[in-house]
Amino acid sequence: MSGLVHTLIDPFLSFAFMRTALVACLALALANGPIGTLLLLRRMSLDGDVLSHAVMPGAALGFLYAGYSLAALSLGGLLTGALVAASAGLVARWQPKRKEASLAAFYLVSLALGVIVVSLRGSNADLMHVLFGTVLAVDIRGLMFIATVSSATLLIVAAIYRPLAVESFDPAFLRAIGGGGGLFRDIFLALVVLNLVSSFQAFGTLLAIGPMLLPAAAALCWTRRIWPAIALNIALGLVADYAGLLLSYHANLPSGPSIVAAGGILYAVSLIATGLARTERAFAPGG
Amino acid sequence: MGNSSNTARRRRSIEAIPRLARAAIAAVRHALVWFLQAAGRQVGSFARRHLDGGYRPEVSEQGAPRQGASIEVRNLSVAYRDRPAVQDLTGQFAAGSLTAVVGPNGAGKSSLLKVLAGILRAQTGEVRSPASAERFAYLPQQSELDRDFPVTVGELVALGGWRSFGAFRHPPDTLPARIADAMGTAGLEGFGARQIADLSAGEFQRALFARILVQDAAVVLLDEPFTAVDERTTGDLLQLVQCWHREGRTVIAVLHDIDQVREHFPSTLLLARSCIAWGDTRAVLTPDNLARASRTLAASRPDPVAA
Repeated sequence: MSGLVHTLIDPFLSFAFMRTALVACLALALANGPIGTLLLLRRMSLDGDVLSHAVMPGAALGFLYAGYSLAALSLGGLLTGALVAASAGLVARWQPKRKEASLAAFYLVSLALGVIVVSLRGSNADLMHVLFGTVLAVDIRGLMFIATVSSATLLIVAAIYRPLAVESFDPAFLRAIGGGGGLFRDIFLALVVLNLVSSFQAFGTLLAIGPMLLPAAAALCWTRRIWPAIALNIALGLVADYAGLLLSYHANLPSGPSIVAAGGILYAVSLIATGLARTERAFAPGG
Repeated sequence: MGNSSNTARRRRSIEAIPRLARAAIAAVRHALVWFLQAAGRQVGSFARRHLDGGYRPEVSEQGAPRQGASIEVRNLSVAYRDRPAVQDLTGQFAAGSLTAVVGPNGAGKSSLLKVLAGILRAQTGEVRSPASAERFAYLPQQSELDRDFPVTVGELVALGGWRSFGAFRHPPDTLPARIADAMGTAGLEGFGARQIADLSAGEFQRALFARILVQDAAVVLLDEPFTAVDERTTGDLLQLVQCWHREGRTVIAVLHDIDQVREHFPSTLLLARSCIAWGDTRAVLTPDNLARASRTLAASRPDPVAA
């Protein structure tokens, strides 16, 4: 019994970097709850994917200019993220039928540009760092940044929760009734970019969207109401973060991918469990 | 003598320093308060204008005139997704009229409705109505809504009261009664807690009609209200439309079923991008006009379907 407890909490008792990583992941999970759930409900997971890659060229430029400076990386990421979000919106309005293809193009070109820029100065290790992040390298300043972004995200989502939810479901209605429309979409996209930037150091451009979407997808298997889905999403995110960090520590695996893999397992379990329950209900006698 | 007066002067000026400092602090504080108040007003008016534009308690007050308003359309041209949809439409929907908009597929019927509802912007021309935009209610095509979205029937219907609570405020105490009332009228009694994903197409359409009932609008715009809806529901909803017409609201509906239009809709606008005919239904829906509508659109599109 005590052996189990040691396995579960020792890494965090012994190492400050494990504690910081855990707290950073928890802070990220709090903001990822509403953002990830709304992304899925709006059927915008592909858009989220594109934006997470769009952060890369800017972050790479920041790296080129200032090395591993949190401010430079974040500012660069924010800039290209916002740029791509705006241009994706324009293209979607201008050529709606080519939206999917355009999004794929944005995502591939961003990735390619990012890799090219990093390779100009950095080593392969730097490239891995930008692509997959290093949760365990998050320092106190990085943690403060993540916590600030998460708090701001939660406050903003709480403030505009009602129009945001309505705009996700029936934008035409909100627009017709004069409640604004595009503005809430823009605020939401800005929040997505901001959170991807804050996840960037921990999970890198390729995986930043993982902790955002996987627990959200798992949560939406279990409940059909938005608030409970967000709460469950946060809880599942916490579980995935903790399990992933633990796994990476004991099995000596890279931590970011372990957390994302744990999220994937949670989603698979949720999918199968709720699927089985549904099938059982459908074939139940008298059901 | 001179020495002591010098000292006194110096003492006086030293004593003045805290006073001056206090005055300076007060001035800075006043400036700060003024600045914060001004900034607060700016933020507040920005939020009211852009974040909470739908909050119009004065409009939603009970007893607001439900008299329908006329809508005048002048030289209206609309593009939808890059394609010309409506071209140079001029005319008037009379106050309290019940008008069907018919025409071949791609004739611009839905785009016209979207412009009237204020969802789409006109390329050229203008729409004029004495009723403000908040007095318009719009029923989208079913296919435009994500019916898997996790929202209950009660919540959906409650949106009709948006003007009375807007983006940030607590709904008024009278709202639940209005919701229950509307759901009863639309034949959805006891459906409040159900998810819309569990509704049939007909029940979902009833829920959207209930939302319009709560909106209590002067102008009701319906985009293909009876498509994919079962016969019984269609009958019930047609009665609601007739009821709105009797109450004097202006109702405009995009429809496909010509017999239905002949039976229930006094006025018709036959559209094939441009206006083919507009007026009394019997005069508009002649075989000649219908054929002309198909021909007009077939000239530019290979897949015309007679309405």
